Amino acid sequence: MASQAHMEFSELAPIRFGYGHRPDAAGGAAGPVTADAMLALLRGPDQAALAFPGPTTEDGLAVRAKYSELGKMRRKDPAAYEQVFANYRKTLGGMRRDVLRAVMARGVASDDMFRERLWAFWSDHFTTRVKRQPYALLQLSHAEALRPHLSGRFSTLLRAATLHPQMIYYLDQNQSVGPESPKAKRKPGKHFGLNENLARELMELHTLGVNASYTQTDVRELAELLTGLQVHTDGTYFQKQSAEPGAEHVLGREYGGGAPSLRDIHAVLDDLARHPDTAQHLARKLAVHFVADTPDPALVQAMAQAYLDHDTGLMPVYDVLLTHPAALQARFLKMRQPLEWMIAAQRAMGVGGDQVMGYGAKQMSRRFSGPLRRMGQDWRAPPGPDGWPEAPEAWVTPQGLAERINWAVSHPAALLGGERRLPDPVEFGAQVLGTRQSDALVAAIPRAESRREAVALVLASPEFMRR
Amino acid sequence: MLSRRFFLQGSALIGCSAAAHPLMSSMTFAATPGENRLVVVILRGAMDGLDIVQPYGDPMLAKLRPDFAIGPGNGAHDLDGFYALHPALSPLLALWRAGELSFAHAVSTPYRGKRSHFDGQDILEAGTGQDVPPELHRTGWLNRLLHSMPDARADTAFSVGTSGMPVLAGEAPTMSWSPEASVGVSDQGQRLFEQIYHDDPLFRDAARAAFEIGAQSNASGRRTTGAKRTAQARAIASFAAGRLRGDTRIAAFSINGWDTHRAQISTLRTPAERLAATITTLKDGLGDVWGKTVVLAMTEFGRTAAQNGSGGTDHGTGGALVMAGGAVSKARVHGHFPGLREADLLDRRDLMPQADIRSYAAWAIRGMFGVDRAVLEGQVFPGLDMGPDPKILA
Repeated sequence: MASQAHMEFSELAPIRFGYGHRPDAAGGAAGPVTADAMLALLRGPDQAALAFPGPTTEDGLAVRAKYSELGKMRRKDPAAYEQVFANYRKTLGGMRRDVLRAVMARGVASDDMFRERLWAFWSDHFTTRVKRQPYALLQLSHAEALRPHLSGRFSTLLRAATLHPQMIYYLDQNQSVGPESPKAKRKPGKHFGLNENLARELMELHTLGVNASYTQTDVRELAELLTGLQVHTDGTYFQKQSAEPGAEHVLGREYGGGAPSLRDIHAVLDDLARHPDTAQHLARKLAVHFVADTPDPALVQAMAQAYLDHDTGLMPVYDVLLTHPAALQARFLKMRQPLEWMIAAQRAMGVGGDQVMGYGAKQMSRRFSGPLRRMGQDWRAPPGPDGWPEAPEAWVTPQGLAERINWAVSHPAALLGGERRLPDPVEFGAQVLGTRQSDALVAAIPRAESRREAVALVLASPEFMRR
Repeated sequence: MLSRRFFLQGSALIGCSAAAHPLMSSMTFAATPGENRLVVVILRGAMDGLDIVQPYGDPMLAKLRPDFAIGPGNGAHDLDGFYALHPALSPLLALWRAGELSFAHAVSTPYRGKRSHFDGQDILEAGTGQDVPPELHRTGWLNRLLHSMPDARADTAFSVGTSGMPVLAGEAPTMSWSPEASVGVSDQGQRLFEQIYHDDPLFRDAARAAFEIGAQSNASGRRTTGAKRTAQARAIASFAAGRLRGDTRIAAFSINGWDTHRAQISTLRTPAERLAATITTLKDGLGDVWGKTVVLAMTEFGRTAAQNGSGGTDHGTGGALVMAGGAVSKARVHGHFPGLREADLLDRRDLMPQADIRSYAAWAIRGMFGVDRAVLEGQVFPGLDMGPDPKILA
């Protein structure tokens, strides 16, 4: 690992805040990279999503509706159902594959890489999982629905993430009914009651953080306040019949008390977003993701302050992240997660977005989704609501590293159309890693037995995996 | 055989020690890992206990499942005059006769209600009740067990295969490997990778382990023979057996494919064959260590007592636990069978659970590793009442 303390921003930023250098943009072809230029791109339109669109919430809900329709068919005509169901599962698998293609194409092709990295960060922050097949596309649409809010206020992002039907399903909010609500009173035999899952994760994971000073009573009160959030075929709505009557007290503030309404939920979400503990939690989490597992407290403090000074505005926080000296040290302590690393590798090899969109179904499973699973990052299926681990040790395991070596040996030649099309390995190393190439790597590349293994040395090197 | 020094490095690279865990201060130390072996197989998708260990002596079974092959007259193997073994598990009959196979029927986790695979597996692997703090939901009971083993190292517990194993997730260091992950580079390539990783300890140690385990994995993978659809299960079991013959004491992996909503006569055959192949491969691979081994094959919940409209079964509650190994006491189906009349069923559809599946696991751990009952009921399986000893171990 190169150990110099200083590195030009234009060399460092694409590595730390993006997916690395593209050969066609090397040598300043894309102009000098500055923090202001990166923020300006982020403020502008979401070109990557326009070029490579993802599923809308309506698309996700349509899949769910299709499953209800199939359920009815199953009762009426089980034999016909089998075939139709099997076909639809295939269709749905194809839809999810399309989204993985789009996600890779955006990262590979975009100049606005910071947006893609931020999107990966925030969609992990608001992780949801597929618990049942009918929600397989809705889950992906939830992540898409966050994209318009990456550069606004966190309060807006929080509202979009929380009120999306997928979050309501995933964290069981649709099972939560106020014990004193009209719905519960009408059918006492049904034993309707609260489900605290969303309330708890909202505080623990999405806003205040697990070490903040909220209590179980706050969780319970918030759960009561959230009752009424339900989903029907058109999406999220507020069902007064299941809302708990009366006022609730969350972190010392009173909400509701009048006729139950979605406004009370908006109010508590805004207050949670503005809480100083939320500022600390988010600032620290961003710094941990982009810079180091134990980030400089001064960096975290500056980001948290920017957040509070701008009423949960995210752009001022990113501005600190891109300019604070503690965020720009030329020490690469974080690890590219498997998907990030695959995107960076394709980018380094000059693979284009359209080429990614042309990958066939078998290729996607053999070269991407299968290896991702074996590297420990089954796509969009993190182990729990707290998302993917941050520690490099979680990724550089014997199995994880073996799979990356295998991938680096097996797939680049095929992606480029044959071993002869692989770049000259010595030039490739210099171009992709610049001053970060270690002496050991410079010595190893020309000694490889094949071009294939030489290129693999570059892509599976510590300096290419670290950022 | 890998050196001890190698694995000390291996555990250091995982980066956290059991002593640093907050639970440790309140925990009684149990014995060292010792010589016994525990294999936990998670049967994902909800195994139909009523078809795997068929209570054919209850006449309701055939009435509820008219299209299934039930009892000794239809290919299943009689076990004790009341229960019969699913035909696909016939490779396990020799173990039954040798007293190395037993079952517990009408068991379940504390999970009730929605019958979701995701939530059911979550509770099974967390080893908790439904109402516990979420931080416990994010660790698995096997990982918490490691905290009560002061000599546990990273290679004491191994998860095998590409399915994530939440049952082993947590602070205590563990190792994982998939037989699919053998490293495909030339010898020269391997040397060059070792050189470029040399100055970065995280990479250096992970790569060394990858190359060494990969070599063993390749060697053991080549030895297995049999049908293609059980090949992966055998490769995993064979690899696990190799580790367990060494310093590993706990292995965990999954067998998927139990969600038999339709045409169960054919759809249950493949996962059942995988289970049988897994157990016989473990026995063969473990050699004389088999005598010190218990395999627990556990599923998130059972399936409905009655067949559904498409010749399968739907998500239920009470199910069966499979126990195998030389350390098993005798061939027996443990537990009280509650019957299948409508009034005997849970919600008039599911086998009524009679015992907590965790109590069997807890008694197995108590016997295998000498862990205190207070630790088992407090930390490993919080809130569990182990009840009387079912005497599942020899």
